[in-house]
Amino acid sequence: MTSPLLSIQDLSVHIRGDAGVARILDGITLSVPPGVTMGVVGESGCGKSTLLRAVLGILPRNASIPHGKLEFKGKDLIQVNWSAARGRIGFVPQDPYLSLNPVFRAGDQIREIMRKHAQGTRKDHARTLIDLFRAVQLPDPVGALAKYPHQFSGGQRQRLLIAAALACAPDLLVADEPTTALDVTTQREILALMRNLVSDKGLSLLFVTHDFGVLAALCDRVTVLYAGRVVESGLTSDVLRHPQHPYTRLLLACHPDRAVNLLGIPGTVPAATQQPEGCRFHPRCPIARAACSKEVPPLTPLGSSHLVACPWYPDALPEQALA
Amino acid sequence: MREILRVTGLEVELGKRRGLFRHKPGVRAVDGVDLVVHEGGILGIVGESGCGKTTLARTVLGLQCESEGKIEFSGHVVSGVPAHQARRMRRAIQYVHQDPGAALDPWWRLGTSLAEGLSIHGVTDRAEQKARIAEIMQAVGLDMAMTERYPHELSGGQQRRMGLARILLLRPKIVILDEPTAGLDLSVQASVLRLLYDLRDRFGLTYIFISHDLSVVRRVCDRIAVMYLGKIVEEGNAGDIFAAPRHPYTRALIAAAPHLDGVQTGPMLRGDPPSLRNVPSGCRFHPRCPVAQPRCTTEEPAFDSISEKQKVACNYWQDGISANQKPEGQAYATL
Amino acid sequence: MMVLRVLLRDPVAALGLFIVLFAIFVAIFANWLAPYPNDAFESHLLQRLKPPSVAFPFGTDNLGRDIFSRVILGTRNALLVAVAVITAAMLIGVPIGLFAGWREGWLSEVLMRTTDVFLAVPQLILALALGQLLAPGIGAAMVALALTYWPFFARTVFAETRRLRGSLFVDALAGIGASPLRILFLHVLPNAAPAVLVRATIGMGFTILTAAILGFLGVGATPPSPDWGLAVSEARQHLPEAWWFPTFPGLAILVLVLGFNLLGDGLRDAADPKIRRSKR
Repeated sequence: MTSPLLSIQDLSVHIRGDAGVARILDGITLSVPPGVTMGVVGESGCGKSTLLRAVLGILPRNASIPHGKLEFKGKDLIQVNWSAARGRIGFVPQDPYLSLNPVFRAGDQIREIMRKHAQGTRKDHARTLIDLFRAVQLPDPVGALAKYPHQFSGGQRQRLLIAAALACAPDLLVADEPTTALDVTTQREILALMRNLVSDKGLSLLFVTHDFGVLAALCDRVTVLYAGRVVESGLTSDVLRHPQHPYTRLLLACHPDRAVNLLGIPGTVPAATQQPEGCRFHPRCPIARAACSKEVPPLTPLGSSHLVACPWYPDALPEQALA
Repeated sequence: MREILRVTGLEVELGKRRGLFRHKPGVRAVDGVDLVVHEGGILGIVGESGCGKTTLARTVLGLQCESEGKIEFSGHVVSGVPAHQARRMRRAIQYVHQDPGAALDPWWRLGTSLAEGLSIHGVTDRAEQKARIAEIMQAVGLDMAMTERYPHELSGGQQRRMGLARILLLRPKIVILDEPTAGLDLSVQASVLRLLYDLRDRFGLTYIFISHDLSVVRRVCDRIAVMYLGKIVEEGNAGDIFAAPRHPYTRALIAAAPHLDGVQTGPMLRGDPPSLRNVPSGCRFHPRCPVAQPRCTTEEPAFDSISEKQKVACNYWQDGISANQKPEGQAYATL
Repeated sequence: MMVLRVLLRDPVAALGLFIVLFAIFVAIFANWLAPYPNDAFESHLLQRLKPPSVAFPFGTDNLGRDIFSRVILGTRNALLVAVAVITAAMLIGVPIGLFAGWREGWLSEVLMRTTDVFLAVPQLILALALGQLLAPGIGAAMVALALTYWPFFARTVFAETRRLRGSLFVDALAGIGASPLRILFLHVLPNAAPAVLVRATIGMGFTILTAAILGFLGVGATPPSPDWGLAVSEARQHLPEAWWFPTFPGLAILVLVLGFNLLGDGLRDAADPKIRRSKR
């Protein structure tokens, strides 16, 4: 078995604020093998944005990493100089309208990134960029170099951002919900594009989203986060068709494609500074027992790569919770 | 079910400028729309950005003046009057914004904002205001203590409930919901949708549900109307349309919507919709249509009634039927 | 108030606030704080141009008057002039900006172009011109200052009104049936108030400085007024020996104008509606 491209083990991230220390991430373990698309899904407050920032090396100044390992191609990313590694990790941001500087031409902006992280002369960069623009199916790739961001549509801007992420020939792409601002039909094109690019170039993809449908369309594997911890992970087909963790089961039951009765999940996500003891989901869990408030449930494997952080997963959830 | 709203031949022109020296023509954001809404129903309006659904909603509401066409509310004609009067005649139609937190004055406490609506509509007695507010807060599942807070102190789900509370106080008959689930977590979304159902039953409401999230529309709406570039291209019962969409655009939309089973088959729609300033000739969908024929560039399709409840505006909708008589859940063959 | 607490967190703004409050205190109690309050109008030629000493902390001027007292007394003049001018400018500028911002069409265009015309006129020139027409003095100076400052208020209020007119909550208010007047006075105006307040605060500083300049040029305050600018002007002939003569009034101008500017900057940061918090 090849070693994973991105390996996160027992990573914790704390953020110090006015209200105290927020344990945003606690013991995250996740690995992305080469050529695999991994989705990270969760609701607000689950820590997925912080996880992204940790991988990219852009955690805020008041953040600290008390323990854990974050390795990319075998090299530690926590202690080491971020910039050297960053060239091999491409980032596709969320908002195509805000992520491009409106006063610089598209070509110039992307070439600025290439100058920092890729070899070659200006002409080489321009040629690579035109090939990339062609690969992301931008109309008129040569002309696009000289255009300003406002001259592109939303979908085209997202393609620009994907091209920018690929400009330095990365091995890992990290995407932060890149299609939420787009229309459904455009989103479908972008997702198909990303799927094809990832498989053609043999990249790995870490895809953060809150939309299970997008996840199902794009990602081979999925990691479900709740309140800063991994509650379930595995192959997308396994987790979506046979969810095991009570949270995953309740959450998927809320999806309009599945919901018979729309019930939601009682309670709210705990504040990051006041996390419950033991399993963080236990206050809202219909099958919680006394032990759940004392011990942190470990991620236990269920056969082929399906992991669950709940010792009571085989129990059926009560009727009224799932309906 | 009784008819509560009827829109006939609605046209709305936006952005016309008549300056001293320049004359910029406007765009037809809504170009000939007919719609019927029945009491107690949930009508979904779907379409992508620029299709005119928001303009349609604002015109029905009375915030936007129509250029042509007729709007009848509970049998009375309410169109053809100036803006402020239009709002007064249609006060039983209310609108919940996409971002309900931003729809509240940030300097006012929530309780005061709620009471203001009542004052505007003639309920000025403090005691009565308080009683009505208490009733509505309980109905939307919010604690009365929240009336002391400011809009930015509430979470997304709470803001949405507050937005609903504000207009429910005015006892509307029709509520237009603009993207009611946008930006909400899945679990919050489910409880908001449940709340909408409960409120409908409790207060006898009718909903016009504007959304781009087809999974939600499929689950929640009785009837849907699909809009493209200012026109309705298909309309009918939600179940019928999702099972067997006739219009190529509807098919593309449904095929593009992410589904939990990950199935996304059907033709992919390339490119972006043209701007309203350059509406294509003939059938306005023809440049992106996978089954367009020469006739489509010149002839604008009229509505064909597939059944008493369903209609579609396409020159060739019949061609698609034989290839697509499959029940929902299975993949469609590509055209 | 919440604004105060946020303001005080910024040390620079807190300093501005302190200076302004101190100046107001001095202006109110000037007659009791000044050791020689009659030096506002009395002269003591025997003690002219004496350097700073214990008896006269800032020295005496060319007419033997205690500069320390005159600086204290001048605070009252400076603040009164500033308040009067800014109030007048607000009374003209705010309604114009509100009206032009709310409506669209040729009238609003005309109003804003008129505003631009007034903005183009340099204050000093206008003051000098008015000085010819009216009797030269502090009155003419105040009229000139008000006439050249109202456009700033009009501009600010216009921009705020336009911005708020397009905002979602104004749209929502129209949706629930609020009349345009209600929206304008109960919602737009309070939301525009912070911007107006900031503009007014900075305008105070600006007015004090310009009034001092006008006084210096001789088209503002007239003798024997303890006006700071006038004092600096009177001191010109006695430099460089009587260095204390222009220095202390000049410093007073500097400190007070600085105070208003720092306060105004701090207010701009603090006046965000999101800082409003309910009591928990």
